[in-house]
Amino acid sequence: MPAVSKGDGMRGLAVFISDIRNCKSKEAEIKRINKELANIRSKFKGDKALDGYSKKKYVCKLLFIFLLGHDIDFGHMEAVNLLSSNKYTEKQIGYLFISVLVNSNSELIRLINNAIKNDLSSRNPTFMCLALHCIANVGSREMAEAFAGEIPRILVAGDTMDSVKQSAALCLLRLYKTSPDLVLMGEWTSRVVHLLNDQHMGVVTAAISLITCLSQKNPDEFKTCVSLAVSRLSRIVSSASTDLQDYTYYFVPAPWLSCKLLRLLQCYPPPEDGAVKGRLVECLETILNKAQEPPKSKKVQHSNAKNAILFEAISLIIHYDSEPNLLVRACNQLGQFLQHRETNLRYLALESMCTLASSEFSHEAVKTHIETVINALKTERDVSVRQRAADLLYAMCDRSNAKQIVAEMLSYLDTADYSIREEMVLKVAILAEKYAVDYSWYVDTILNLIRIAGDYVSEEVWYRVIQIVINRDDVQGYAAKTVFEALQAPACHENMVKVGGYILGEFGNLIAGDPRSSPLVQFNLLHSKFHLCSVPTRALLLSAYIKFINLFPETKSTIQEVLRSDSQIRNSDVELQQRAVEYLKLSSIASTDVLATVLEEMPPFPERESSILAKLKKKKGPGAVSVNELEEGKREGGELNGGGERGGDNSAIAASNASTPSPSADLLGLRTGLPVSAAPPSAGSLLVDVFSEAGVNDDGFLRDLEPPTESSDSLLAEGPGDSDSTPPPPPSVVSEEPAPPLPESDELLNKFVCKNNGVLFENQLLQIGIKSEYRQNLGRMYLFYGNKTSVQFLTFTTTVTCPGELQSHILHIYTCIIQLNVQAKPVEPLIEGGAQVQQVINIESLTDFCDAPLLNIKFRYGGALQNLTLKLPVTINKFFQPTEMASHDFFQRWKQLSQPQQEAQKIFKANNAMDTEVLKAKLLGLGMALLENVDPNPENFVCAGVIQSKAQQVGSLLRLEPNAHAQMYRLTVRSSKDTVSKRLCELLAEQF
Amino acid sequence: MQFMLLFSRQGKLRLQKWYVPLSDTQKKKISREVIQMVLARKPKMCSFLEWRDLKIVYKRYASLYFCCAVEDQENELITLEIIHRYVELLDKYFGSVCELDIIFNFEKAYYILDEFILGGEAQETSKKNVLKAIEQADMLQEEAETPRSVLEEIGLT
Repeated sequence: MPAVSKGDGMRGLAVFISDIRNCKSKEAEIKRINKELANIRSKFKGDKALDGYSKKKYVCKLLFIFLLGHDIDFGHMEAVNLLSSNKYTEKQIGYLFISVLVNSNSELIRLINNAIKNDLSSRNPTFMCLALHCIANVGSREMAEAFAGEIPRILVAGDTMDSVKQSAALCLLRLYKTSPDLVLMGEWTSRVVHLLNDQHMGVVTAAISLITCLSQKNPDEFKTCVSLAVSRLSRIVSSASTDLQDYTYYFVPAPWLSCKLLRLLQCYPPPEDGAVKGRLVECLETILNKAQEPPKSKKVQHSNAKNAILFEAISLIIHYDSEPNLLVRACNQLGQFLQHRETNLRYLALESMCTLASSEFSHEAVKTHIETVINALKTERDVSVRQRAADLLYAMCDRSNAKQIVAEMLSYLDTADYSIREEMVLKVAILAEKYAVDYSWYVDTILNLIRIAGDYVSEEVWYRVIQIVINRDDVQGYAAKTVFEALQAPACHENMVKVGGYILGEFGNLIAGDPRSSPLVQFNLLHSKFHLCSVPTRALLLSAYIKFINLFPETKSTIQEVLRSDSQIRNSDVELQQRAVEYLKLSSIASTDVLATVLEEMPPFPERESSILAKLKKKKGPGAVSVNELEEGKREGGELNGGGERGGDNSAIAASNASTPSPSADLLGLRTGLPVSAAPPSAGSLLVDVFSEAGVNDDGFLRDLEPPTESSDSLLAEGPGDSDSTPPPPPSVVSEEPAPPLPESDELLNKFVCKNNGVLFENQLLQIGIKSEYRQNLGRMYLFYGNKTSVQFLTFTTTVTCPGELQSHILHIYTCIIQLNVQAKPVEPLIEGGAQVQQVINIESLTDFCDAPLLNIKFRYGGALQNLTLKLPVTINKFFQPTEMASHDFFQRWKQLSQPQQEAQKIFKANNAMDTEVLKAKLLGLGMALLENVDPNPENFVCAGVIQSKAQQVGSLLRLEPNAHAQMYRLTVRSSKDTVSKRLCELLAEQF
Repeated sequence: MQFMLLFSRQGKLRLQKWYVPLSDTQKKKISREVIQMVLARKPKMCSFLEWRDLKIVYKRYASLYFCCAVEDQENELITLEIIHRYVELLDKYFGSVCELDIIFNFEKAYYILDEFILGGEAQETSKKNVLKAIEQADMLQEEAETPRSVLEEIGLT
């Protein structure tokens, strides 16, 4: 056992830890732990009252066991008891245990909060700090409710000790992050800003984190901090390295505080006051100058601290983007770092230069480093650094250097790490398209991409090349020729076959004059690849063949022969078989004219944003793409792809097919509903068939080449809530895909916009009732499933999926795509005849959202599997907090929300009688405050409220103007977020 | 900062501090993932990693890896020095700290961290002030400590 230097209060604990360390196997460890747990349990349960020391020791042992990764389900009460001990170490262990093993037992929380309250009012700074640390570590909503009022008082009170102030500031920060609505701004806020002037550097260091966070949310209220921050920064920057005593770190004065000050300034635009601005520019210049001075120490800590400030200063310079001189100096400084021997600095310089590249002032300066960056891409030994180099090349690319950069990236792809290939491919594809002067270069580049890294070329990329070739007739001949040559290679990638099949099917005629690429040669070349390809590619090739029959009548008999062969017409794959049958039939019975119409060349695609860009954004998150591109694009990947819309189409098709039982639920399931023999023989309806099929098919022949949503097998699911995100069903249930939402699910949803309770759904078997309540951004819903029959429902399971939920259960804090966090408690798998079971669903709104969560219900009733999907009536208005305000305030706010996109308006016919009382009740049910005496016209209704979500609060105002004469309404919604206005308007227009 | 992990070269977690609310399963999953990723890195490689939408900043000290996950806009270098300052604090407190000190006195390692970083932000960067706070607490402990029986001293209870 090692000699423990200090605090060796608990020998029993040390012995136990030694024992664990001496365990030879996992089993031995578990055995030892179980023995200890039994011992502790008996001590806690024993008749003899334990003294504080023993309690402390056992609680500490439990903590150790928990931190080893084992579950602990007792001891909380003993830990809570320790909190009220007046022995410091016992209290300390109690708090540590509580901080690590938070328990939501409400009785315990009451006791914990009591203990904290006592310590906070003890006036003993050590105890106060312990209590504040605990609040900051746990940071739960319950604690915020209990202490969010008290802590600001402690923070700004004149007689509070410095150490307590520090803890209070960061404790409040944590509470503000978890429950911003509970931390109310007030008189204390202005005094907090003045903590920037505090003479205790530690207090400033702690307070500034709080001020930065508050400023981000309420910039106006805190804008006085700018000048205070500048003068503080200026004092630090100009101080000698010894001035700040212990706040100097390896000869660098107050590096943490400097960085935090520079970060705070990034919450604001450049100071308007000339003097303040001059002083700040001086600071930034000094920081840049210091980077050129010889180091005061050889220690890496010295250079790290110094450069940390430098990088933060450069971030501020980039944020202002208004000082060309500073921007160019920053760029030169980073240029030096590009060849620094420290890997960390090279990495950061590449990263920081990426943002500089998007500034008009420094773009050219960044470009001068192209050779160094290309060299980094080739020679860096660390893949994350190479990745940065690739990002920077992408960011600095423009028309002048596109050919060089694309060529370098292509040649790098050959040896690139697998982890970054897909992204590189997307980037090359985007640059090639964006800066293509002649499209033959573009086609060459993409075909090269497929040749070099075919496995990493996603659908978006090859869809896009086809889209562009179809839209530009000057490149079609070249594309046909090049792809024909590429297909000559003995082994070529399947993606090449797809592109080749599509392009030759459309434009093969353009090269058919050359005997070396005569129609039959083209066909044979394509067909030589056929057997090596996957089913979707073969399906695409079959479509190319039928196009050939139209383009080149001389190939008809050869191709018919192929279609007629057993391997096609009797193919075990239903899709291939059906195509073979239909194409054969089409080619033999349709007249040349009909054939020419059906198989006409594809019309040009509507110009739209590249779906590749969307894919890259989705892959990398917003940081990956330059600001310009982000602004050009729309907001989310799903929408960009037109995914939602497409999903909707598909589910409509799915619904119309729903009457036909589908034998397999794969992605072709939509079409397998129709037995092959039932294919209508007449050319007319066949034509329809060909279209509708290809329309939902993967080959992309007749669709607009926009990729489907997230996954290729989500065709059946409604766009965003695709089936992949459903957790795997319990093994007892037949693993059938959830059904698409019922056609009436939207209507059912609308019924609940203005009310929280009622019957959601009913058929002969099942009734589903709902009770729900909402508070702030949280909601709880009780679902009651009633069995209306006299027979048991077996394997009753429900799954709730949220729109936008990603495939893997990525934590909600790490992604901005998840809008709602919905957790459904499991439900009893068996419902007796006539019985009712209840399910609780907890809902947390993370940001504003449009789509309701989907509830899928599956059960067996008399052997038959029932599978239905509904929309859970969780709509954005459920998270409204009503806001009362006077007429004057209302119209002032109304005016503030005057940007066109903040307003949504609808004029619609009344569906129900225009009864004032009913209207009032509905508007109240909506969750907003109904404001009386605000609108000059007493007939009109105005409402105000704030939509709460974890990420933000969206204030919304509403005005409803009934016109009894015309039986019409005009509804206007204004809110600080455009999507919210739009969604509210849509929801409400269905209500009256 | 969203969390801090200390783990050994063998991947054993020695200290974990979470500044965002997560369930135990989520914590376990994240720790496993991050530890695996960091251990796979070669020496000489840079100390920063992109992971989900966070940055991982890590540094190895003898047999221990110190690893922080910070938000995207956070400063990597200053985080690296946060780690170093914490190591200095441990070193000063324990006197040439080693992994065993942290194993046997894990509660102390947590206390020191709480004095230095609170809610994911640096609370007090002065080494003297942090150690003063801890030493004051130790003084309270010694005053409060009552003599233990011999049996307890050798760990037989």
